[in-house]
Amino acid sequence: MSKQDLNQPQVTQPAPVAGRSQSKIGDAIFKGVAMAAAIAVIGVVVVLAIELFQGSSISLTTFGPSFFSTTTWDPVHNIFGALPFIYGTLVTSAIALVIGVPISIGVALFLSEIMKERRQVADYLGSVVELLAAVPSVVFGLWALFILSPMVRDYIEKPLKTYLGFLPTFQGTPFGLDFLTAGIILSIMIIPTVSAISREVLRSVPNSQREALIALGATKWEMVRHSVLPYARSGLFGAVILGLGRAVGETMAVTMVIGNSPSITASLLHPGYTLASVIANEFTEATSPLYVSALVEIGLTLFFVALAINIIARLLVWRITRFSKVRT
Amino acid sequence: MTMTVTELGEMQGVEQTRREMPPIAGQSKLEVRGLLAYFDKTQALKGINLKIPERKITAIIGPSGCGKSTLLRTMNRMHELTPRARVEGEILLDGQNIYDPSMDAVRIRQRIGMVFQKPNPFPTMSVYDNVAAGLKLNGVRDRKRLDETVERSLKMSFLWEEMKDRLKESGARLSGGQQQRLCIARALAVEPEVILMDEPCSALDPNATQKIEEMMVQLENEYTIVIVTHNMQQAARVADYTAFMYLGELIEFDETEVMFENPKKELTERYITGKFG
Repeated sequence: MSKQDLNQPQVTQPAPVAGRSQSKIGDAIFKGVAMAAAIAVIGVVVVLAIELFQGSSISLTTFGPSFFSTTTWDPVHNIFGALPFIYGTLVTSAIALVIGVPISIGVALFLSEIMKERRQVADYLGSVVELLAAVPSVVFGLWALFILSPMVRDYIEKPLKTYLGFLPTFQGTPFGLDFLTAGIILSIMIIPTVSAISREVLRSVPNSQREALIALGATKWEMVRHSVLPYARSGLFGAVILGLGRAVGETMAVTMVIGNSPSITASLLHPGYTLASVIANEFTEATSPLYVSALVEIGLTLFFVALAINIIARLLVWRITRFSKVRT
Repeated sequence: MTMTVTELGEMQGVEQTRREMPPIAGQSKLEVRGLLAYFDKTQALKGINLKIPERKITAIIGPSGCGKSTLLRTMNRMHELTPRARVEGEILLDGQNIYDPSMDAVRIRQRIGMVFQKPNPFPTMSVYDNVAAGLKLNGVRDRKRLDETVERSLKMSFLWEEMKDRLKESGARLSGGQQQRLCIARALAVEPEVILMDEPCSALDPNATQKIEEMMVQLENEYTIVIVTHNMQQAARVADYTAFMYLGELIEFDETEVMFENPKKELTERYITGKFG
């Protein structure tokens, strides 16, 4: 004992002094690099916004706010209105969420709750689902164009038209290249993102929350319904918003099946157009400066739509989580 | 090895029956018979025989890892929810084996409630909804009955005076002690016959602990309570009967006073006097 007491100060005391001066330099470098990275990212966003504003200045001065409220897109006569594209983006994203979110949360619940006791199998299945995210969107587009679109036309749109044709949403000619098909391919594309995050969110629900309800005499479904899902709701909401972000920005696959016709109709069986698609399709053929500028303004719009989605989402998440913090 | 353990347990069972039947008038609410419990390949309980007297408080004490929580969790079939966990043997609730294939685990858990180590109120529900959660599960929608049950349960858990004006607040906003009493109210609301408590005070301060102990003594008139505790003083204060477990075996079971003043086994004495554990 006493030997150790004597030894300790001699051996250990000098060491930290030397180490400390070194780690101070390391700290400074680390802090500098990390800060530079953080600032660089913010810088890129700011530069991007400035570039978008500058690039769209001609269009901004020519059309003013009416750019967002008019529906004519006529490159020949240099008249540009973005409303059909905003509408198309919102409608296809909404369809994607309506179809994709229940499936994704179903997948996540299956992997986290039903397959709980076979964690390894669940992880394999989960990574197969996540592989969907690795498929390039142009491949999704090809598949959607040649396989999904005819199937949607024959097995979904025709029955919808026959049985629910009196609804304004299902009027027109089932053609296969329209809002509905674009929404369906988007829903498939958001599934890996939404289900992977939802699964992690559900797994992070403490077991004590599950047991609390089980101990009251709940079945597994009741436990999920009344304990797991309410506890996880803010996280699930975040997963949905990330899916929405992907749907709004998705370009290639949508372009290949939406029909590319700027229109605002209640019918989902009608060709449409989205913000991202019009930029991709028309940028190379934009000849006049006003045309280019209008397309950049579409880009600016997309930028702010995405920003708005995030802000609204954060506000909602904040509102929800404010009341549900658990004291531990 | 297992044989001798089982025999030991049975001998103890016989001993208990002879000596302790008079005070509990032949009524045992739960009877554990030859219970073995496993986590995957590890044996956590090695043949437990134990009779839990009705409308009494029974404490289960023992050092960490002795299987006391596992034993508690086999009593309302929570043990089997752990992946790869299994149980052999019988537990009789009023003479009916709860592990009989014809028995519904969900129904059993309505009759045998549980309070956990860490307070676990539902954070997205109000105080009122937390207490009413079990009733709503059972399809009770009648507002008047819900109101009455919530009030009665909160009164029983000494929480009504503090909470009657805060019923709409989130259950997560209460203090730790209040949360635990809320969880007890939640368990009481479904009117179980037995309440299992798994170290209910280990996360609480002495003041909150005292309130819960007072409550338990009150509840004893109506409920059979089994409490697992790390705290021997707590067992001595509240329990009518105490079981001492060690390494997955039941070493001794007796009236609490007898157990603490005059333990039969040397192991029990060494544990109680703080020589190990």
